[in-house]
Amino acid sequence: MHQDVLISLRNVSKYYGGVVALKNLDLDVYKGEIHGIVGENGAGKSTLVKILTGVIRPEPGAEINIEGEIFSSLTPFLAYQKGIHVVHQDLSLFPNLTVLENITIHTYLKSFLVNTRKLRKMARVVLENLGINIDLNTRVGDLPLADQEIVAICRAIFGEAKLIILDEPTASLTSKDVSRLFEFMRELQKKGISFIFISHRLDEVLEICQRITVLRDGISVGTFAREEMNKEKLIELMIGKKLSKIQKERSSCGIDDEVILEVKNLSKHPEFSNISFTLRRGEILGIIGPRGSGRTEMALSLIGLNPPDFGEIWFEGKKIKIKDYKEAVNLGIFYIPENRLTQGLVLDQSLAYNIAITNLKKLSRRGYVSAKGIVDFARQAIEIFKIKSPSPVVPVRMLSGGNQQRVVLAKWILAAPKVLILDSPTAGVDVGAREAIYRLIHEIVQKGIGCIWISDEASEILNNCDRLLVMKHGRIIGEYFPYQLSEEELNEIIKE
Amino acid sequence: MKISYHLILLVLLGSLLIIMGLLTNGGIFNTRSLQGMAFQLPLLGLFSIAQMVPMISGGIDLSIISCANLVGILSAFVLSKRGDLFSIIASCLLGIALAGSIGILNGTLIAFMSIPPIIATLGTMLLFKGIALVITKGYIISGLAERFLVLGNGTLFGIPIPLLVFLGIVIISWFILNRTKYGVTIYMFGSNPVATKFSGIDVKKLVLLTYMFSSLIAGLAGLVMIARFNAAQAAYGESYLLLTVLTCVLGGVSPSGGKGGVLGVVIAVVILQIVSTGFNLLKLSSHLANALWGIILVGVIVTNRTLTLKKE
Amino acid sequence: MKVELYLLVVLIALSLVFYFFNPKFFSLENIFDMLRNNAFLGIMVLGELVVLISGGIDVSLTAIATVAQYIMGILLVQNYLNNILVTMLIPVAVGLVLGIVNAIFIYYSRVHPVIITISTLNIFYGLLIFLTQGKWLYRFPSFFRRFSKINIITLVNQKGVPYGLSIFVILWFSLAILTWIILSYFSIGRKVYALGGNQEAARRAGFSVFKIYIFTYGYAGALAGFASFVQAQLSQIIQPNAIVGRELDILAAAILGGASIFGGSGTVLGVVLGTILIAIIRNGLILMRISSYWHELVIGVLFVIAASIVLLRRRQKRRKVVYQ
Repeated sequence: MHQDVLISLRNVSKYYGGVVALKNLDLDVYKGEIHGIVGENGAGKSTLVKILTGVIRPEPGAEINIEGEIFSSLTPFLAYQKGIHVVHQDLSLFPNLTVLENITIHTYLKSFLVNTRKLRKMARVVLENLGINIDLNTRVGDLPLADQEIVAICRAIFGEAKLIILDEPTASLTSKDVSRLFEFMRELQKKGISFIFISHRLDEVLEICQRITVLRDGISVGTFAREEMNKEKLIELMIGKKLSKIQKERSSCGIDDEVILEVKNLSKHPEFSNISFTLRRGEILGIIGPRGSGRTEMALSLIGLNPPDFGEIWFEGKKIKIKDYKEAVNLGIFYIPENRLTQGLVLDQSLAYNIAITNLKKLSRRGYVSAKGIVDFARQAIEIFKIKSPSPVVPVRMLSGGNQQRVVLAKWILAAPKVLILDSPTAGVDVGAREAIYRLIHEIVQKGIGCIWISDEASEILNNCDRLLVMKHGRIIGEYFPYQLSEEELNEIIKE
Repeated sequence: MKISYHLILLVLLGSLLIIMGLLTNGGIFNTRSLQGMAFQLPLLGLFSIAQMVPMISGGIDLSIISCANLVGILSAFVLSKRGDLFSIIASCLLGIALAGSIGILNGTLIAFMSIPPIIATLGTMLLFKGIALVITKGYIISGLAERFLVLGNGTLFGIPIPLLVFLGIVIISWFILNRTKYGVTIYMFGSNPVATKFSGIDVKKLVLLTYMFSSLIAGLAGLVMIARFNAAQAAYGESYLLLTVLTCVLGGVSPSGGKGGVLGVVIAVVILQIVSTGFNLLKLSSHLANALWGIILVGVIVTNRTLTLKKE
Repeated sequence: MKVELYLLVVLIALSLVFYFFNPKFFSLENIFDMLRNNAFLGIMVLGELVVLISGGIDVSLTAIATVAQYIMGILLVQNYLNNILVTMLIPVAVGLVLGIVNAIFIYYSRVHPVIITISTLNIFYGLLIFLTQGKWLYRFPSFFRRFSKINIITLVNQKGVPYGLSIFVILWFSLAILTWIILSYFSIGRKVYALGGNQEAARRAGFSVFKIYIFTYGYAGALAGFASFVQAQLSQIIQPNAIVGRELDILAAAILGGASIFGGSGTVLGVVLGTILIAIIRNGLILMRISSYWHELVIGVLFVIAASIVLLRRRQKRRKVVYQ
């Protein structure tokens, strides 16, 4: 075994009934390495994590080699003992307990009594060594998210982790936070700690990882050095085919002269200030900016979920004041939230109900709603939006991510929007399924709808929008036409 | 899935009929028992329907019994003094109005002040019980107008009036849950309140309507109750509360919301009524009956859970 | 610390109000009396606190107490017991067992504890009354009566009648301290807080949620058992319907004392103050000669107000964190 290898997986497979989650996976992680793992949803990333942390056992014949010790499977306790720790996307912290307690929480598994003084000393040493400044006595729930992330990692360090698996760690962080996190990771790297970095954000993966393993449909397509890789190559490997350049079939003559939405000097301290822009019918206006730039907060203020301190919103030539989202919907201003699974859909209810909920006025006659009417309407939606679903009454939970997103779009588009605000419309959607969603959006916009497209992915904005605004620190710092900028230039502008 | 659960319930119903029939030597099937059941069932039924809708919305209404008692007391106040048709109608309307106000109070606490339903209705339950105690000082109000008693004891074409009232409410509730905008929304809200809000639904109004519904039905139950017993008191029927949760859970309503329907609850009410009448015929003490209800509820929940686990 | 401070202020303010209406309020005799009469409630509230911190709720504690008390009573009346220590432990053991029964059902069924404990309330109480016909138990052995008269401090009032700080108050406060020690310095106590803070994280951290439930509901049951011993001592008679019905007092005291219905927070000091607050209110209302029918009403209103305040503060805090 290579001197520097911390963990070596050979022939790891996992089947669920007839479904292949992982097949003959080989993987090496070096000591002191940050190793990225990328792949679409369902490629096997979470199965791999579960096997590494001992939550599930691989098929017989697998070999897990940790610093020379060979196992055919692990248990959670064993994995922990051997230094394999995981920080889940939700951080799994206890918001009501202090930083100290969260960091030292695993000592509770072994000891009967709690020796706060001793633990405090030990924790302080760990934090000092890492240059972390967080007060041990703060309630974790009161900390900003970025600090919580650091606390979660410190918990692993305190537990003498050798390998820390980070699952989508940057999903809710601002780019400044991300930089801080990466700095921290590099410090730990120097001390010999290894990381497995799992993320959909390929830019970040390429920034922080030394080597990247690509998973596709349960197999490892290969492990590559960062230097040999770029985003396009990664995407190709992830989806298995060349990605066609998304041709923008948009021409500016699709855009009306009529201004449908105008925003003047919208401000809310401290989230955003002095936001002004216009939106025309048939136009897609992109708003791009790093997390924390206030873009979502500003969008929410357009629909009544985050009333601004001052400023004006003009819709169809009339000044409006929206007190809650229902009013915005009545006007025809719709918001498609970023978090599809918790905010966009009701997973346990049927596809039909999910589509009906935004179309109740249409489906009801003086309050009466017919069951057949709802199902027929859902069938129409399935056809128009090409949703792959066994039946209209199946719970939405059963559909794939891409199809779920189609349901989200369907439910709003069928409700006849006048202004559609999309917040990261392809977040969590596999790269392969995105194109179809882009096409859907373009189709609807052509019918005379104004669209605001919020995203933090430069390529998506440049390829889909007619105009774009860059937001940073709550302000609009620039307005561009896509042809004016390349992806790299735009990324430079957005960078903190 | 919905259909097969109802099938399970009907099988359960059938088996219980047989068991009870055997235990009581057929006593349960004689005319008197059946008539008795037909008069008692509506009360449990009304309370269960009242509990059903808040549970579907993901909450619970612990104040329905106190609400019914208070409404009964208020109306009884008038009815014990006057017997003319006008007074009867007026007292009923008064009662319903009170019920509506109670619903608005509950709804406001839950929807506008974001107090969890358990706590809010726990508090209002105490509150209304307290008010009822203060008004009645523990005494029973009785001697109600004769014409009014028909509501609880009369028959129409041989069918007990309370049963007709119950059936009417069942039909109305079914209609509301399955054929109106409100119905669609309440199921969605019970499963995921956040996503429902992000769908542009006025969730505050939704919650308000939900608790108004439960209080109104409870109020109606209160009127039927005092008509049936010719008496109103502050603390009647407290054991009903557990039973309403039991009928709803047995009837397929998930305590976490988003699931369940009128049909299941009605079957569950019938099941419970048969068991209850059986208990009476076997001369079981009410305390033992209560204990058995508890055992049945736990049994149903545990069975549900075991079945769910087996499915996975 | 803030919640306890508010409570203390409210306590003092209320006491002054009641004192204004009836100077007898602040007499040492009245205070000692009040504390003694509420030791029972106070001990039960400690158990409820632990359950609330874990994210659950238990409304069956009164039934558990009743059953525990009755079993002890039967043994006493049949003269099987001659030792106060053993007598004390019997209801504790019964309470522990019944609490564990709760824990098992709650864990297995994954249903909200309020539904399970409403059921076990009816099961325990219903079976007890059915089997015992609700018969009262009294005429206990003399050692049982002797213990109840123990006072830690004894004074004499104007009329020459002695009064004192009852041992039960000391027992109450001792159990409070014990609970505080467990919750703060024992890992099981911290695990209860962790479970209440984030159940999924607790599971992931490798905590045995089952064991935590067993401790939580078992401890609450055991305390309920001990409280029932105290109650039997105070009244020297066991009436099966005496305790059941006071569930809401227990919850009100806990929630007024700052325990969150959502779990994860609550302190012993807070709920002790909460109990005293309820005690003061009831006592004050009596001294003001307000009919007992109003008492339920007042407690109900207070409960709603306290719950609203706690929840509004929680919402404010959450809003602050969201927009980071």
